Amino acid sequence: MLTLEKNSLSEEIEELVSLYGENRGSLLEILGAIEKKYGYISEFAQQEVARLLNIHPVEVYSFISFFSFLHSKPQGRNMVRMCKTIACNMKGADNISAVIEKELGIKFGETTKNRRVTLEYTNCLGMCDCAPAMLVNGKIYTNLDVEKAIKIINELK
Amino acid sequence: MTESDNIRVPVSQQPHSVIKSKKENGIGGLVSIQINEKAVMVPLGTTILEACRKNQIHIPTLCHHEDLCLAGLCRICVVDVEGMKTLQAACSFPITSPLKIHTSTPMVRKARRHIIDLILSEHCGECYSCIRNGNCELQALAKEYGVDGYRFGHVEQPRYSVDRSSVSVIRDLNKCILCRRCIRTCIDLQEVGVLEAIDRGDKTHIGTFLDKPLADVICINCGQCTNRCPTAALSTNDPSDEIWEAIDNPNKHVVIQTAPSPRAAIGEEFGVAPGKSFTGELNSALKRIGFDKVFDTNFTADLTIIEEGTELLNRLKKVLVNCDTSVKLPQFTSCSPGWIKFIEHFYPEYLDYLSTAKSPQQMFGAVIKTFYAKETGINPDDIVTVALMPCSAKKFECNRPEMNSSGYKDVDFGLTTREMATMIKEAGIYLPEMPKTGFDDPFGEASGAGLIFGATGGVMEAALRTVYELVTGREVPFKNLNIEPCRGFDGIKQASVKLENCVNEYSFLEGIDLKFLVAHGTANAKKVMQMLKRGELNDVHFVEIMACPGGCLGGGGQPIPTSAEIRRKRAQAIYEEEASLPIRKSHENPYVKYIYQKFLTEGPCGKLSHKLLHTHYTKRGRFIS
Repeated sequence: MLTLEKNSLSEEIEELVSLYGENRGSLLEILGAIEKKYGYISEFAQQEVARLLNIHPVEVYSFISFFSFLHSKPQGRNMVRMCKTIACNMKGADNISAVIEKELGIKFGETTKNRRVTLEYTNCLGMCDCAPAMLVNGKIYTNLDVEKAIKIINELK
Repeated sequence: MTESDNIRVPVSQQPHSVIKSKKENGIGGLVSIQINEKAVMVPLGTTILEACRKNQIHIPTLCHHEDLCLAGLCRICVVDVEGMKTLQAACSFPITSPLKIHTSTPMVRKARRHIIDLILSEHCGECYSCIRNGNCELQALAKEYGVDGYRFGHVEQPRYSVDRSSVSVIRDLNKCILCRRCIRTCIDLQEVGVLEAIDRGDKTHIGTFLDKPLADVICINCGQCTNRCPTAALSTNDPSDEIWEAIDNPNKHVVIQTAPSPRAAIGEEFGVAPGKSFTGELNSALKRIGFDKVFDTNFTADLTIIEEGTELLNRLKKVLVNCDTSVKLPQFTSCSPGWIKFIEHFYPEYLDYLSTAKSPQQMFGAVIKTFYAKETGINPDDIVTVALMPCSAKKFECNRPEMNSSGYKDVDFGLTTREMATMIKEAGIYLPEMPKTGFDDPFGEASGAGLIFGATGGVMEAALRTVYELVTGREVPFKNLNIEPCRGFDGIKQASVKLENCVNEYSFLEGIDLKFLVAHGTANAKKVMQMLKRGELNDVHFVEIMACPGGCLGGGGQPIPTSAEIRRKRAQAIYEEEASLPIRKSHENPYVKYIYQKFLTEGPCGKLSHKLLHTHYTKRGRFIS
């Protein structure tokens, strides 16, 4: 990372820290904001957050590793999260997952080479009445079938 | 927010604390409870575990450790409390009302057995191929509860590769039972912050920042985690195979130096109660093992005092007489390698405050491979120096690239007390029954001042005895030379000695109150550094810091377990041995005088001293790349 980029990232994190408060209780908000902007929380950003909140870097990393929606490695531009819980499963989510995997040529938990899509499983989205469901870039899609899912995936840039 | 209110655990998760009555016997001071039908009175707020232990009722524990904050997460200590729906963890249940407690109901026993079986189902490794065989808390529990098979299966294939990147500490996560003692040690006790729980659910493991190898993150190698790990998930890097090889090689001259703390603790490894020194017995054992010479690290501890004391006087002179602002005061001691790495990482801008004197271990190595080699006519290339230390950071220290001022690697191996005990057992020796012998010459004579290096405050006490006498020509004004303000286990101790009627050479110190400060454990070191940053130490002249709680006697390589009580007994053993020695001041050590006459002829802090006995430090910083 260039020094200039580092400096601007530091400044951004400083702003976030002053916005949300200088204590470990604001970790989620601060990290969430960084994740939202960059798609992941870099090694450098984690250490900056730790420095500004006066905690250890490993505590920030531990925190990130606990939450599925926070990442410490770069992700694809689009996040596709497939529900893996029982209601969706009974409605054929497995089949849809397999087709998506085949379409993109990656497994769940992986990112396409061109960084277009990252596939992840998620726990219940609360959409059991219109299962199967998936979450794409924070937007929820329900009553999926194979064609619908492929269409959604292919429309991603 | 100040750094002091930055406690790791959020308030909502802190263990329930009870406002205790001021008088234990006053109203509300005591609670009457029944443990296994026996009525007892306990002070309000006592945990069930404490109450049971006080009444000789055994409760098994695993994640609980006296030195650390409560965790209550392994649940092995569950007991039945009447009126409660579920079993309660004894370690974290404060007694506030009359309770009826049962510690051995069928439900309790079944629950404990279940927990052990579940832990064993994920614990990969066989006891007979394990370094902690015979001293493993999980093994002991399995025995206690009669485990005779893997009820819930057993991991056959290791899930994690063993992290051997660090020269001091080895991490084998396959043996980890997630008790989180290491996390509490690293973050709360030492405030270094290497380890945390990473991931969630069945993927949870103890990891470093971004799961990097231990050598790449900010670890000070103090080894406190290895001392608290109940299994062998964390252990020290054992060089004994290489040492055996050197001993068995007739062309190698193997020299061992023994530090004061291991002698006061090694008996514990042989089942002797803490608080007894085995100096003479250890000497015989080491010779029988095959070490060619057994020397006393205290000799170079004396040398350290002379060098460090002279450096302090030089600094004082430069500041007071020459008004040199580039010279920094207070001077910090540099004997503890854990502390050195701590300051290099966390306070690199303050390295000028550190004494440049090497630690006794490294001074010894340098002297052995120069002066001793010359005197005895042995080629330094054929000399192997081993250091018996209470410390895992000493392994890192002897591997520092700058530690080769003799032209060779000054100290070849650092060996901990535990590893030494294993070597002695391997040689078929029962240490407590060995005859007593002395150290070998020429580095066998040491003063008591060197001996007390093992306890927190010891370096300060030793230095004051010498510095005060150099400056005033009189002994320190304390009864029997025991500088009591330096002793004891308070986190940070501060005191002063007034310098009066100074000799001519040091007349510039006339009337000065020599202020000193002693801290142990890097959490306290951090507090001292913050005091320094705030300018509160401007009038202090000398600061002693030891990285481990209690000083070296509580070092990471010392016998397991270590607790406050055991540390106190080890200190007692050291101070008792010290009081019986004929020479108790470093500058009166005849061999120290001899080495300055024969070898270091330019005197303390002279040119050769600087080359061999002093070092420099690296600004490491806290960024992990």
